[in-house]
Amino acid sequence: MRRTPLIAEHRAAGAKLTEFAGWEMPLHYGSQIEEHHAVRRDAGVFDTSHMLTLDVEGAAAREFLRRALANDVAKLQSPGNWLYSCLLAEDGGILDDLIAYFLGGSRFRLVLNAATAEDDLAWLERLRPAGVELRARRDLAMLAVQGPRAREKFQAAFPGLQDRDDAFFAPTGYTGEDGFELLLPAADAPDAWRRLLAAGVRPCGLGARDTLRLEAGLMLYGQDMDAGVTPLECALAWTVDLSAGRDFVGRQALAARAPRFQTLGLVLQTRGGVLRAHQAVHGDHGEGVVTSGSYSPTLQASIALARLPLASRPGERVQVAVRERRLEARIVKPPFVRRGRILV
Amino acid sequence: MEFPDELRYTSTHEWVRKEPDGTLSVGITDHAQDALGEMVFVELPAPGRQVRGGDQCAVVESVKAASDVYAPLAGEVVAANTGLADEPGRLNRDPYGTWLFRLKPADGADLSGLLDAAAYRKGLT
Repeated sequence: MRRTPLIAEHRAAGAKLTEFAGWEMPLHYGSQIEEHHAVRRDAGVFDTSHMLTLDVEGAAAREFLRRALANDVAKLQSPGNWLYSCLLAEDGGILDDLIAYFLGGSRFRLVLNAATAEDDLAWLERLRPAGVELRARRDLAMLAVQGPRAREKFQAAFPGLQDRDDAFFAPTGYTGEDGFELLLPAADAPDAWRRLLAAGVRPCGLGARDTLRLEAGLMLYGQDMDAGVTPLECALAWTVDLSAGRDFVGRQALAARAPRFQTLGLVLQTRGGVLRAHQAVHGDHGEGVVTSGSYSPTLQASIALARLPLASRPGERVQVAVRERRLEARIVKPPFVRRGRILV
Repeated sequence: MEFPDELRYTSTHEWVRKEPDGTLSVGITDHAQDALGEMVFVELPAPGRQVRGGDQCAVVESVKAASDVYAPLAGEVVAANTGLADEPGRLNRDPYGTWLFRLKPADGADLSGLLDAAAYRKGLT
């Protein structure tokens, strides 16, 4: 299994380790529910060094990404600007989701999912024109510092770090809370991690990361989306830029391929179990299926993302097959929680 | 991780305690709660239900996954720990102090076929 530069820190913090996409990663450090609450109420830090940072450089970098991504990097005009996008196959299926940052000049940076990183690289290498260079930055570590007090605690831990040339800050995350992601040289990551913990930032594992992103209504690649679905089918139409005059990969297929279903949220209305991926959903408009489900520590109820018939609407009730029973759930429009507030 | 000597165990990670009244309390082991993670839901059998050894009898669900709990022996369910519905986290905090259900063993059912602590521990490695 591959290990991030922070593996010794995870062990020192009492992590329960698990295999994720070929990486040995922390699942939790004792209580994933408390880690979840720490991010909603205070500050937490995640090691996200398993994700692939890919720098895209060269005179044609912007034009290349305008063709490769479903969202349009033409919007990124100032260094630090960023956007979320899907990487589509020619048939409109989703190969990955990513964040693209503009570094200035003709330099961009993509952050890709660990599980799809190698396939993404091969795909982008195929699309790459002369004059564009792809550089996998396995020399960098990545920390996501998230929560309402993330910035304040970070400042206390690292006065002056923001001015360093070799540290990269992005105002992104995967939790629905304020915070940022920090890329820095791998050798500096353990010290950064220890300083954050000393400043009272709680180490958080993949378990809390999953319940936080689910509450925030953020899709997970491989679960809520994959090569078999289009962005229009998983609530990501807003990330596809259909402005005239840009021929991105998958555009023609998307225009010809009518969505078969939509992705919405569910809140379980009774006790009786926990919503989980693959459970069948029965409603007035037809059948559906849960793609991600768990217990929401903030709502203290089970919530899910589900593929539902196109006629389904928020507010309607459906039945979810949980073991041998059918439990009632209410359809909602995600997110469930943002910035510590329940929205459904 | 602890596996008290006075309990008996199953290969499916239940523990069994013989109570003074002859009934058997059944819970999940420290290993099981640790592997599943923080519990958020339990589904318990109705008292009066007749079970055979190995029957699926209860369900525990953590944030991560659902897991069946099996009857260690044949018998009748005589009690369910219904207070757990509001506090499933007790299964994590005190696995051996937190029973799920009690069985009145059927005639002829005895504990000798279950694992002792040493044998259960050995099966985990």
